[in-house]
Amino acid sequence: MTEPTIFEMSSPGRRGVKMPVSDVPEVALPKGFERQELNFPEISELEAVRHFTRLSQLNHAIDTGFYPLGSCTMKYNPKINEATSRISGFANTHPLQPEDTVQGNLYLMYELQKMLAEIGGFAGATLQPAAGAHGELVGALMIHAYHKDRGDHQRVRMLIPDSAHGTNPATSAMVGFEIVPLATDARGNVDLENLKSLVDDRLAGLMLTNPNTLGLFDENVEEVIKIVHDAGGLVYGDGANMNAILGVTQPGKIGFDILHYNLHKTFSTPHGGGGPGSGPVMVAERLLDFLPDPVVGIIEEGDDENPPLYGLVSPAKTIGRIKAFHGHFGIHVRAFTYISMLGAKGLRDAAEKAVLNANYMQEKLKGSYTLPYDRSCMHEFVLEGFWDDVPGIQALDIAKRLIDYGIHPPTNYFPLIVKEALMIEPTETENLETLDRFVEVMLKIAEEARTQPELLKNAPHHAPIKRADELKAAKELVLRCYPKY
Amino acid sequence: MFTPHTQKDVEVMLTSLGIEKIEDLFSVIPEKFRYPALNLPEQLTEMEAAADLESIASANGSTKELLSFLGAGAYDHYIPAAVDNLLQRGEWYTAYTPYQPEVSQGTLQAIFEFQSLICQLTGMAVCNASHYDGATAAAEAAILADSHFRGKRKKFLVSRAVNPQYRAVMRTYFRPHDDIQILGDDQETGIDADMAKFIGLIDKDTALVLVQYPDFFGRVIDYKALIDAAHAHGALVAVATNPTALALLTPPGELGADIVIGEGQPLGMPLSYGGPYLGYFAVTEDLLRKISGRLVGQTTDMDGNLAYVLTLTAREQHIRRGKATSNICSNQGLMTLAATIYMTVLGKEGFKEVANLCYQKAHFAADQLNQVDGYQLAFADTPFFHEFVVKSERPVAEVLEWLREHDILGGYDLGQDYPELENHLMLAVTEKISREDIEFLTAVLEEEYHD
Repeated sequence: MTEPTIFEMSSPGRRGVKMPVSDVPEVALPKGFERQELNFPEISELEAVRHFTRLSQLNHAIDTGFYPLGSCTMKYNPKINEATSRISGFANTHPLQPEDTVQGNLYLMYELQKMLAEIGGFAGATLQPAAGAHGELVGALMIHAYHKDRGDHQRVRMLIPDSAHGTNPATSAMVGFEIVPLATDARGNVDLENLKSLVDDRLAGLMLTNPNTLGLFDENVEEVIKIVHDAGGLVYGDGANMNAILGVTQPGKIGFDILHYNLHKTFSTPHGGGGPGSGPVMVAERLLDFLPDPVVGIIEEGDDENPPLYGLVSPAKTIGRIKAFHGHFGIHVRAFTYISMLGAKGLRDAAEKAVLNANYMQEKLKGSYTLPYDRSCMHEFVLEGFWDDVPGIQALDIAKRLIDYGIHPPTNYFPLIVKEALMIEPTETENLETLDRFVEVMLKIAEEARTQPELLKNAPHHAPIKRADELKAAKELVLRCYPKY
Repeated sequence: MFTPHTQKDVEVMLTSLGIEKIEDLFSVIPEKFRYPALNLPEQLTEMEAAADLESIASANGSTKELLSFLGAGAYDHYIPAAVDNLLQRGEWYTAYTPYQPEVSQGTLQAIFEFQSLICQLTGMAVCNASHYDGATAAAEAAILADSHFRGKRKKFLVSRAVNPQYRAVMRTYFRPHDDIQILGDDQETGIDADMAKFIGLIDKDTALVLVQYPDFFGRVIDYKALIDAAHAHGALVAVATNPTALALLTPPGELGADIVIGEGQPLGMPLSYGGPYLGYFAVTEDLLRKISGRLVGQTTDMDGNLAYVLTLTAREQHIRRGKATSNICSNQGLMTLAATIYMTVLGKEGFKEVANLCYQKAHFAADQLNQVDGYQLAFADTPFFHEFVVKSERPVAEVLEWLREHDILGGYDLGQDYPELENHLMLAVTEKISREDIEFLTAVLEEEYHD
């Protein structure tokens, strides 16, 4: 494939969408500020439409095929979400409109805060964070503010398991915490002895993903939380893997103090080729006052005749505003739609089927691929993508070969504690036929690795491009169309 | 809902796992925390949910029913039909981050085109694949400056004429760092267009100077002296921009900016009560390796064919973890696509037409309002783009209330953020506003005055 860029397609004088002529008297542009040149493409609307349609067809997407990408929860994104988020009353409201003209929006946000808090077992929520990592930042800032408020200025250490997402240490560093790595034990749990040796009065908190990135629910989670709490620390939950436990258990009830969700994973809002995400953060009672400014609250209680009046309120000890306006409202509408359709029953069903699907595939694959932590998994599992008897084949080769069979590769080389990791998450929206086909393909690839290893080494063979030269991209940087430099 | 399992499927799967019921898979969770009764509304079918959401939305008054002069960071522009139509292709919006280039060339090339368009628009060398919004992009500019000077320069000067929400977000990001000072946006330093007092604050300890262009009040200010002063002290200059205005105005890259950020919402994104939008972030070549977020680069594949990949990923959190340039992980992928399609279908002339219509109509509106008794154009000697400020003899809250009775959202009450601008109303005018709309606004205000 080679699709020219929009700049290469440009032809001077060609027009796309035209604007009406002005209906007011003309005034001159401000002197001294006039722009000399704007080299934007000049192409017809049809050519633009074909260009972006052709480009779209070069993507693998949930709508085109199986996407078992671990830790990303590539579940079906219901079409109804797209429809509801585009209802004019939502899509055409300005973020600074007077509150009495946006009671629908505020009601929806208020209810979503409540539903998300209820699902997680927390006292309150903010919808402001734009993504999971942004939610982590909110959480880490609240932990910092909480200790500072209590005069605990020496609490600067953040414990982060070695299986954690890279965003956890990166976030802690932004807030100025000292990052203390925490070991994982042989069963894939937090290493309790290591944990005990690391907690003292300098402890700010622990960032814990549970289920963790091995797809395992920590067997000692209560004790882990108790150790941190007893030492005066707070427990931050990275909710990236919340899909496994929706309606099955509530992290807030187990003792987590803070948790973020990724609406674009757990609550079916689209990944959009990288975003927009949305990362609401839930908190326990003692942290309510620290939530970002503002949250949605009830300003005036309703009665039999009138609904309550909703408005924006400032928490007493707020960490401040973390984003312009109110977060990714369009994504909130989608998540609200999804939760409305699932209810408590549907959420539990989603988690149960996600976990059932993962365990089924794990069981079928563990004879042919090494399963380093061999126990019942949650919504995902991690295999080793290599065999001692097949030197030269890596996880990357297996991943790329899957593309030839029309399947998106699993997450690979993460978590870092598994050699040549292949992290597989089927999600609940895939049917048994799809799971069986994936198993069949994976077994076939294991066989190909031994009989025709070059098929894997040179894969993919049936994709828009062959393997790309990433070293060249980094060495001979070309980051825009023109002029090249 | 959305789970395709038949009873038979479940039985087959349970049998292969050697267990009797799905619940057995969750025995690892402490029993007392298992299966809580969740207090959530009963589940709805799609048809019921659609009706419910329609009904919730109907409690809002949208810019379809209300004549809106609200701006202050989000603008009601016309979005060509092709933008949302293309955006709704599942191949775009149900794809993940393009970590696997072989099956993500569409997303990667579209981002490469986005980077190219924003570099062209801002006059900069390098643009990343986006931040969450203009406000977080401003905060990230400060983080970049902090790391550029390795934490040795402690002053971050931010003009008071920068969007108050951007300044608030920046302060939140730096909240734990007591040694960092965010200065220059106090009432004493002020909002004078000559910026003399503000420029006077720049010194050898200044890491970053942040200004807005056009500024929060819509004013187009010449930053030449300011940029020269900042550079003379070795400080970096970041300019927050409105992308529509840049169609007509000299790009900040030509003025010497080191970092250009902005709110991308005007580029084809609906107002949607504040999001999702996108923050664009462009830098000079010198700062290329300090930039956070994703970058797409051109390369070739094993057969020598042109290909696109994410590049310089060693800056990012999934590789560098605690030492990354930022914790940012997602981007505003779909919004960068909206912006790319928007700029493409309008093209060189169409995009300039949009900007020119905004400019012309805003000037007509300002002129008309200035002639209404009791209203006077503020900052009258300073050029502006599509947003302007009028001083009212009556409290702005009363004026807005009066306009609301006539289904007009009259604009933004500056007194909320600026005590020195009590009784000042800010109005934004886009290409969607007609001469008739403007005449209606002034007629309603005339009527009020003579009431």
